Amino acid sequence: MGRKSNNKQGVPQDLATEKVKAVPTPAPVPTPTPTKSAPKGKTAKPTPTQAKKSVQEAKPVKAAAPTPTQGPSKSKGRATKNAPPPEPESEVSDDDSLLPSDDEYLSGSEAEQTGGKQLLWDDVDSDADSVGADEFDGASDSELEDSDGDISSGDDDEDADKGDFVTRARRETKRLLKEAAMSQAELEESAMQTNIEDADGDPHLFLDDAENDEESEGADLATVNARIRDVVQILDNFKAMRDPQRSRADYVARLLKDMALYYGYNDYMIEKLFELFPVSEAVEFFEANEIQRPVIIRTNTLRTRKRELAQALIARGVNLEPVGKWSKVGLQIFESPVPVGATPEYLAGHYMIQAASSFLPVMALAPSEHEKVLDMCAAPGGKTTYLASLMKNTGFVLANDANKDRQKALVANIHRLGIHNTAVANYDGREYPKVMGSFDRVLLDAPCSGTGVISKDPSVKVNKSEQDFRMLTRLQKELILAAIDSTNAKSTTGGGYLVYSTCSVTVDENEAVVDYALRKRPNVKLVDTGLDFGQAGFTAFKGQTFLPTLNLTKRYYPHTHNMDGFFVAKFKKISNTIEATQQQSTKNGKK
Amino acid sequence: MRPLTEEETKTLFEKLARYVGKNITHLIDRPDEPHCFRLHEEKVYYVGETTMKKAAGINRDHLLSFGTCFGKFTKTRKFRLHITALDYLAQYSKYKVWVKPNGEMPFLYGNHVVKAHIGRITEDTPEHQGVVIYNMADNPIGFGTTARSTVEIRRLDPTAIVVFHQSDVGEYLRDENTLF
Repeated sequence: MGRKSNNKQGVPQDLATEKVKAVPTPAPVPTPTPTKSAPKGKTAKPTPTQAKKSVQEAKPVKAAAPTPTQGPSKSKGRATKNAPPPEPESEVSDDDSLLPSDDEYLSGSEAEQTGGKQLLWDDVDSDADSVGADEFDGASDSELEDSDGDISSGDDDEDADKGDFVTRARRETKRLLKEAAMSQAELEESAMQTNIEDADGDPHLFLDDAENDEESEGADLATVNARIRDVVQILDNFKAMRDPQRSRADYVARLLKDMALYYGYNDYMIEKLFELFPVSEAVEFFEANEIQRPVIIRTNTLRTRKRELAQALIARGVNLEPVGKWSKVGLQIFESPVPVGATPEYLAGHYMIQAASSFLPVMALAPSEHEKVLDMCAAPGGKTTYLASLMKNTGFVLANDANKDRQKALVANIHRLGIHNTAVANYDGREYPKVMGSFDRVLLDAPCSGTGVISKDPSVKVNKSEQDFRMLTRLQKELILAAIDSTNAKSTTGGGYLVYSTCSVTVDENEAVVDYALRKRPNVKLVDTGLDFGQAGFTAFKGQTFLPTLNLTKRYYPHTHNMDGFFVAKFKKISNTIEATQQQSTKNGKK
Repeated sequence: MRPLTEEETKTLFEKLARYVGKNITHLIDRPDEPHCFRLHEEKVYYVGETTMKKAAGINRDHLLSFGTCFGKFTKTRKFRLHITALDYLAQYSKYKVWVKPNGEMPFLYGNHVVKAHIGRITEDTPEHQGVVIYNMADNPIGFGTTARSTVEIRRLDPTAIVVFHQSDVGEYLRDENTLF
């Protein structure tokens, strides 16, 4: 990470959607698999070479695919050679291309366009047309053989013809690997090769399930990535670029399948996250989840000052910078020759390693001195210790967590940072306010699915199901009611606030929970979080409508704010009795 | 949670006095808020009265910590200071030892302090005296017991042990699972 790298923490620029479409995406993460990282560096638009290649590779499939009008014995050529990247004009040829009988007589230019189209299509109709277009173009006979599944040498000849070094090299490698891996009869092998080519050369958008299995095993991630870009482009400019035969749903389904494969999510998760964003932003979101967030430390103001800490760490060779205007205590670490979690300064409690997002709920809660504060889900203590240091070690903080194992870290951090005003309890949060009530402020950083921190814990991609979400949202709803009931509306210190936050981006766990709480407890209302950046929460989502005040909540995304995906809502409790305020708050709601 | 018995208080204070001497009175008579010692699951916590009263409302099975943990009573009823008490020890300690940057990490890994690593030491420190150990930036990083008096140290060779290690802040990482 360079010092001037643009992953600087802070209030981000507006999202530039153009970038995704046209500019080469930077390789998001150094992945160990060369197949994965290589394609990412490529341009979003398939270059002519790419297009050529994939069409070329696609051939055998198409030929082999059972086509109603034409047999598999068609030769191919022109379209292959000249296939341009998909262009809006390709639409012109759509009508032609869909009529198989016409295809045989396509002029050269039409054939070219069809070729471009070809990159995207995979169904029987377009198969037929490409094959048809190829027919009068006897560029390579060897391919004919190949498509018949006849002989294995076909590829090399073809490649040599094309002079496409990259393609050839790639195929050579593939074949060598294959040969090494499977010692089978030559005939078998060649048959195999055809199969695999079928799979990886597939430039198609639409596959049926049987083929999909094959794809997930032998799929070429480069192709998948290129296809994702293409579909995103089409979806962004749907009217102009669509194939009229295909509905938007088809395209989306294709995209989801590809993204699930490319980024490694299960189908449920990819859909759940996809529906939160516009199409191109969704891709950015998934891309951002592959990149690590910057390391942030929070100065412990009870022990030192930011400037002193920065000097001490710079003396150890650490490269750092303040996170920006929004926080006076945050420092971003760019690189460090020593482990940041084990320097003498760390051990002496001068700072805490803490994600930027976890500053936010504490800043929103804004506790003041001599208050009584509850942190309901406290472990491992980043937020608790921040709370206590904002309160300058006065008043009382109750740090609660249901998980006893994680509380060791919580207790350790509290002691290391020199916090004296805190008690640590081990209750299920839902038992409040029976345990203790009437807090001036309550922080509920609810247990969540962790969809905001996928870059930290990628297991979320596959191990969450609908069932998990149901259980989590239920727990969150119970917790938020408990938290509301534990807050004291008649706080003498100017309190009576509750902050609800999650490190998740899904609407079920955030807006839906807040909305539920507002409806169930009319004695609370949403107030401004006091955070001057972040996107407003949803007031309507997929047919659900939430209360209009939901726009006071704040959302944070990895791709827009370069911090973990996060959600913050701040409540003010107006009255300690639920019924008394019922009428009043409905009045307020109407206003 | 309960107040300490007379016996326990005596053991605790004897131990604390090794490091803070007469300053121990400052721990009890505080200008800001009365503080007290409380025993909870064999651990001794030093805590302000408001925090203590609020924490007292929590069922003891569910209470894990409150205020500052000073240490614990062993099964033989001796008292063992924990690193978590360092905050207060450093504040009131009478005798101090500063280690040079090259001796910082060895000490944080649990080694004794050798003479070569000593940067400064309080004058007239006696032998077997509890001392708080600082790095050269004046941050407390642990505590120990002197092996020799200040006068004797001058005559030692550089590799001789000067302060026996008792506790250091590295334990926050090393012993997190057993300490808390």
